[in-house]
Amino acid sequence: MRLPKYVWALVPAVVLLGLVLLFAIGLQHDPRVVPSPLIGKPAPGFDLRIVGAQTPFRRDDLLGRPVLVNFFASWCAACRDEHPLLLDLARRGVEIVGMDYKDTDADGLLWLERHGSPYRTVVADPEGRAGLDWGVYGVPETYVLDAQGTIVYKQIGPLDEQTWRSKIAPLMAAGSVLQTGSR
Amino acid sequence: MIPELGHFALLAALAVAVLQFAVPLLGVWRGQARWMDVGASAAQAQFVLVLLAYLCLTWAFVERDWSVVYVAANSHSQLPLIYRISAVWGAHEGSMLLWMLMLTGWAAAVSVFSRSLPRDVRAQALAVLGALSVGFLLFILLTSNPFDRHFPVPEDGRDLNPLLQDPGLVIHPPLLYMGYVGFSVAFAFAITALLSGRLDTAWARWTRPWTTAAWLSLTLGITLGSWWAYHELGWGGWWFWDPVENASFMPWLVGTALIHSLAVTEKRGLLKSWTVLLAIVAFALSLLGTFLVRSGVLVSVHAFATDPARGVFILTFLAVVLGIAFSLYAWRAPRFVSEGELQIFSREGLLLLNNVFLVIAAAAVLIGTLYPLVVDAFNLGKISVGPPYFNAVFLPLTAPLALLIGFAGVVGWKQARVREVLRRVRWPLAIALVAGLAMPWLLQRRFELAAAGGAFLALWTLTMAFEEPWRRWRARRAAGLAQIPRAIWGQSLAHFGLGLWVLGVTFTSLYSIERDVRLAAGQSVDLLDYRFELQRVEPFAGPNYDADRATVEVSRDGASIAKLEPEKRLYRAQRNVMTEAAVDHSPLRDLYVALAEPLGNGEWSLRIYVKPMMRLVWLGGVLMALGGGLAASDRRYRLASAAARRVPATDGVPA
Amino acid sequence: MRTFSGMRSVICAVLLAAAAIGSASAQGDELTPQQAERYQKLVNELRCLVCQNQSIADSSAPLAADLREQVLHQIQSGRSDAEIADYVTARYGDFVLYRPPFKASTWLLWLGPFALLLLALGVAVVFVRRRVRPAPVSPPDAARNAERLRRLLDEGSREERR
Repeated sequence: MRLPKYVWALVPAVVLLGLVLLFAIGLQHDPRVVPSPLIGKPAPGFDLRIVGAQTPFRRDDLLGRPVLVNFFASWCAACRDEHPLLLDLARRGVEIVGMDYKDTDADGLLWLERHGSPYRTVVADPEGRAGLDWGVYGVPETYVLDAQGTIVYKQIGPLDEQTWRSKIAPLMAAGSVLQTGSR
Repeated sequence: MIPELGHFALLAALAVAVLQFAVPLLGVWRGQARWMDVGASAAQAQFVLVLLAYLCLTWAFVERDWSVVYVAANSHSQLPLIYRISAVWGAHEGSMLLWMLMLTGWAAAVSVFSRSLPRDVRAQALAVLGALSVGFLLFILLTSNPFDRHFPVPEDGRDLNPLLQDPGLVIHPPLLYMGYVGFSVAFAFAITALLSGRLDTAWARWTRPWTTAAWLSLTLGITLGSWWAYHELGWGGWWFWDPVENASFMPWLVGTALIHSLAVTEKRGLLKSWTVLLAIVAFALSLLGTFLVRSGVLVSVHAFATDPARGVFILTFLAVVLGIAFSLYAWRAPRFVSEGELQIFSREGLLLLNNVFLVIAAAAVLIGTLYPLVVDAFNLGKISVGPPYFNAVFLPLTAPLALLIGFAGVVGWKQARVREVLRRVRWPLAIALVAGLAMPWLLQRRFELAAAGGAFLALWTLTMAFEEPWRRWRARRAAGLAQIPRAIWGQSLAHFGLGLWVLGVTFTSLYSIERDVRLAAGQSVDLLDYRFELQRVEPFAGPNYDADRATVEVSRDGASIAKLEPEKRLYRAQRNVMTEAAVDHSPLRDLYVALAEPLGNGEWSLRIYVKPMMRLVWLGGVLMALGGGLAASDRRYRLASAAARRVPATDGVPA
Repeated sequence: MRTFSGMRSVICAVLLAAAAIGSASAQGDELTPQQAERYQKLVNELRCLVCQNQSIADSSAPLAADLREQVLHQIQSGRSDAEIADYVTARYGDFVLYRPPFKASTWLLWLGPFALLLLALGVAVVFVRRRVRPAPVSPPDAARNAERLRRLLDEGSREERR
């Protein structure tokens, strides 16, 4: 405890320095994005059906190849932002499975008719049950699954070209051959 | 034209602020008295200019000038006049202008009421305040100009956030800012002490009333904010440990510590460098709060719409201001020698303990508030730190304070005699123990140890608060009371307020009952002895909203005691739904009803609370502030200025 | 300062309008008093991710309603508080817990304030010990001035009291 007085007097300055550094880092992080604990884990099971039909669709139907699972809804404004990119990805051969989250079949189908469908399959999740198990908290959210059905990445909020190229495309390419980012 | 005038006034204020900062400092350096005096006139001129800018913005709101971006974003043609006036501080840009108005107001007040201070002290303090003004004015002008126009002019405004359309919100922000910003005066005096190397009891005497005045505004501001949240948010809570609340609570805790350490520095010439540090830290936490609320680094229910550029600016400003202050502190503070001895069992010893607990409590709030940021910065994931944490940590850190506070009046300065103190506390202690144990039983018919503990601490504080007046009354009746200086009355009242607050918090948090129920018209539900009957739900049209208004009759033993009319409002402009809770209150309990959602076929979900002693929480806050008001207006400070005039000002050159 | 709510709570308020669909938050009468108490405690300690800093008890977001319903069902089916917390964190991570779990990354959070208190008390004790026998300090000019001021004041107050 017998530190010289000037050492004590330096303590506030040091604390300030630490705080400023912390805030400088903090300013570069988005506090709203909450990473999913499911990354690296098998995608949760579900037992739903295809929108507008009675055909069942289960977790097992996602296995065998890398897929994007995109939770969307007709009432979701931000979903329209990422829609052109999804359509483009679908044209490039990426398999996207749509989960129509907390929506009615009629509304969902109408929305897809109006904006075009990037989905190879559209699954109805009217009560958001699968959404709850997958940890969805605000649509749009997009999960990247590998061929074994493991979640390897999760995008919260609208997908953008940058994220696709730097994060998702390499992950999907690891599982199969794709033409990526050649626009 | 008017908005341009406002913009111009801000630019002129910036120029004046630069003068206010530079000229007095040069004057002190060169020993030029007339240069030093520029500070006072500049501070007053700057206040007038900022006031002009503020009135221009108010005018734009009152006149519904939608060509001003800020007005269009925060007002609406149907908005009542009172809310058009208060909408000025309804969002980031205008609230910064209010902040500026407060800052220049405090500086102008210093220039007027500190005429008696040594010339160089006043010059330096005003220069520091001028420097702060420069920073905030640049911030407004560069990143948050409320006078920006846009084209085409929209047909109507987008309306003030309905949460802010509440009487509590009309006065809460100004008081809060007055408190936040008020600590800048103590900060300025602290920097002056560091610059000049003069830190004596006279310094403490100048600083005390300013600090107390800032503290009492902050106290009132926080109290009103809590009251508003309780009524307007419809959640029935009065404190949520949200980052925004913590941002105001930390300066309050440190400001409270500062008030007490200033007493020690004034009376005993002790804890000098500590007091200076607290004065800097209190203001530092105000700046930190501004940063947290406006930069978007933390998620809060009530953060401003954020913009990274603003965050970077405030962080830079904060780093520069506090960097200079703390460097100066590290350099000069070791020179402050406190004379005299310090015994732990003396008033100054207890006040030192008070400071330890208050500052550590503030540190705990800081740790809890920033910890998610730390975890995220090290990429360890995202966590939340919420009420369960704060309640668990804060309580053990502050309960000892309530025990200490009772000794405030009976332990003398320098060295107290244990036997004498024991003689004076034994009866209050016995009363508090017995009544504290009995209270949960008598009032709630259910004993809880925590409630007994809380009641004991509260009663102990309450009885001891007026021990000194009581003793003087017993000795000399009215003559004895007349002798008591206002500062002591202030202390007693503020401590009494804290006692009430502890009592309120204890009972409301341990015995509140909350129920979410589903009712159709004519149905009722029983809570404790109260029967809540939903009589009807009817549409109702307000000036700028449509509402469903429920009528809930509360009865006890068949006798009606209150008719509550909670509302669910839909504000037309933005289609926002707001809950307007209805409360029937008496000192011993609140009956609170909020209308949640329609559930179809005439049923509604309602949230109902019975909250014992809720009112005491706010009453306590108000009494604390009143006590602060009494203390700040003590004759001693007016005499101090009179006396200082007689002491020749040392025309000191800063060492 | 729960002032100026930004866009976020506005969004939440709008969500509330849209979501009145199936969020009967009415807690069933089927709960025993103990269960009801556990329910209240749990929903107040779980954080809603949509409106961010709100508990699922206070949030009107549809997700919060879903989670409330889950908590209710799980209490009814006899699961413990810890199991329910595990259920939620498995999906959303520790972020949803307002009471952060005690583990390596939160030791400082939980113990820091108390460690600081001990440190501060220690420093205070050392400080007081050293102050009991004060070193003779010759009062500098400033102190002498202050002394004079104090004397003047005392005279002043004595005069006024009379």
